[in-house]
Amino acid sequence: MKNKKTRNLICSLLLAAVLVGVLLYIDNSPLKSSMLSTVLQKGAIYALLVVSMNLLNGFTGLFSLGQAGFMLLGAYTYAILTIPVDQRINVYQYFNGGIVQFQMPQIPALILAGAVAALFAALIGAPVLRLKSDYLAIATLGFAEILRAVIQWEKLGPLTNASNILRKFTGYDSILFPFIVSGVCIAIIVLLINSTYGRAFKAIREDEIAAEAMGINLMKHKMLSFCTSSFFAGIGGALLAMFQYNAHAKNFTTAMTYEILLIVVIGGIGSITGSVLGSFLYVACSEWWLRFLDNPTMIGTFKVPLLGHGFRMVVFSVVIMVIVLFYRQGLMGTKEFSWDAIFAFFGKIGRFFKNLFTGKKAVKGGAANE
Amino acid sequence: MSNPVLKLENVTMQFGGVVAVDNLSMEVGEGEIVALIGPNGAGKTTAFNVVTGVYAPTNGCLYLDGKPYLCEHPTGRAKHDYLGSDAEKFAGKPTLRKTPDQITKMGLARTFQNIRLFGNLTVFENVLIAKHMHAKGGFLAATFHLNGKEEARMRREAMELLEIVGLAELKDETASNLPYGQQRRLEIARALATDPRLLILDEPAAGMNPQETVELTEFIREIREQFNLSILLIEHHMNLVMGISDRIYVLEFGKLIAEGIPEAVQMDQRVIDAYLGVDLDA
Repeated sequence: MKNKKTRNLICSLLLAAVLVGVLLYIDNSPLKSSMLSTVLQKGAIYALLVVSMNLLNGFTGLFSLGQAGFMLLGAYTYAILTIPVDQRINVYQYFNGGIVQFQMPQIPALILAGAVAALFAALIGAPVLRLKSDYLAIATLGFAEILRAVIQWEKLGPLTNASNILRKFTGYDSILFPFIVSGVCIAIIVLLINSTYGRAFKAIREDEIAAEAMGINLMKHKMLSFCTSSFFAGIGGALLAMFQYNAHAKNFTTAMTYEILLIVVIGGIGSITGSVLGSFLYVACSEWWLRFLDNPTMIGTFKVPLLGHGFRMVVFSVVIMVIVLFYRQGLMGTKEFSWDAIFAFFGKIGRFFKNLFTGKKAVKGGAANE
Repeated sequence: MSNPVLKLENVTMQFGGVVAVDNLSMEVGEGEIVALIGPNGAGKTTAFNVVTGVYAPTNGCLYLDGKPYLCEHPTGRAKHDYLGSDAEKFAGKPTLRKTPDQITKMGLARTFQNIRLFGNLTVFENVLIAKHMHAKGGFLAATFHLNGKEEARMRREAMELLEIVGLAELKDETASNLPYGQQRRLEIARALATDPRLLILDEPAAGMNPQETVELTEFIREIREQFNLSILLIEHHMNLVMGISDRIYVLEFGKLIAEGIPEAVQMDQRVIDAYLGVDLDA
């Protein structure tokens, strides 16, 4: 038992070291501006967004569609707070440089981005969290849409730059940055899920009436989950803004919420590792691996039919349908990635080959030989 | 009975024009096992839901250990439509409406007629969750695992409880995979994990065969001794009720028609009529 624990720890550290090594290599090579680097960065940011949504939808059982709204709040808070003072006149060109005339350091601004999102979550949570399932989804969806409109309101221009783009705020240099921020945030969410509060969230997901009968205050715990999820959605939104070098309310549409919800479902509702894995696969698929489908291709003199602009999304949709059909529970279900499972799997394969080479009859199950 | 654990005072529950529970007064004393019986539709489950705070009563007060936790009287339109009795008795008292989780914190734990376990979680987690409400560590302390001592205590107590109810070997099993009888046991264990003074069992023997019922009877007796509990139960199995109860209350059409020790209730003509029907020609 103890041996296994040390082994798992060593494996995890090794994996982390390899990851950091690879990222550092990419960071200092021409690969930095390649598609691989883009996919890795966006994947890391999406992982945080998906995990934060999974905390609410998958672990607490609250079907909320406000993700884009909270991301928007985070992105704008961060952007507004970190534009250099001398650049403000350029960014807020229609509003005399805006009313915010200071620049905050990066990390405090990032935390504040989450805090503002969480604050709004607390405000709308009080009335909205009394609703159940579909009704909650519609209410939060409405909130996100209203927010998108309000941010672009002319009267708020000195603060939000109205419908103009926010840019020139502090970004990041190393592609390690989104990985570190995402990693820390996801680690905190995992810690939360494994704590007594996380168990209470799961109890609410399983059966609200029973949870209440076990002394769990429904409103308090739903609120905690909603605010925590929004906090990290806000940070994720800020990261996304950094990644894109701009923040623009028009980009934070409902489609973005659906995209994230889709990854939650594909990865497995209630699985953190599923969400992370799903994020990278989704981003890689949609941005990179299927790109060739958009380009008309000639094989010799034969023009491959159908390939052309927009065909990528058709194939992509089919891929998603296939995944949902064959993995009803998503890629991971509610299970988590574990070294024990990996080693058990390789142990099985190892035994199979051993039996193959030593000429023993392969007995089903493998263990019967020992 | 000098100091009842649970006391209902003139409780009436009216849905529209139907009086489901009418002027019900009852008590559960320290260490007692009390049964609430009655034919189908007599209002037992409604009474139960009032006691556990799922419904707020239309009229009446309920006390746990002498402290009121639900107190209502009809006002306005409800008063105009009120069909029960004693509408004025509580008129001067402030209304008090605790939610089920607050009532559980006061020391009242329940099980459900149709088992409501946290199905996808393990047996151990099911019990552990019931320990959550006594957690003193805050949200952040728990998230960053700074409440190690408390967490260890919760886990130890949950494990002890599983050993007592005989589910320790199954602790990592998913709750919904357990056989029916063990799910019932787990539900009782989960209720016990909240450290209750009063345990309320809603048809604990529903769907059990005679052998399982006998075991359950024994089990309920054991936990009463071990946890120093008072128990209120609704039940249809007369074997269980007559064998285990100290006192019995009988409801018919929402009204209390008899109360007393099992032998007396069994002989009561009104109870026999309620259960067997009255021969109109006689």
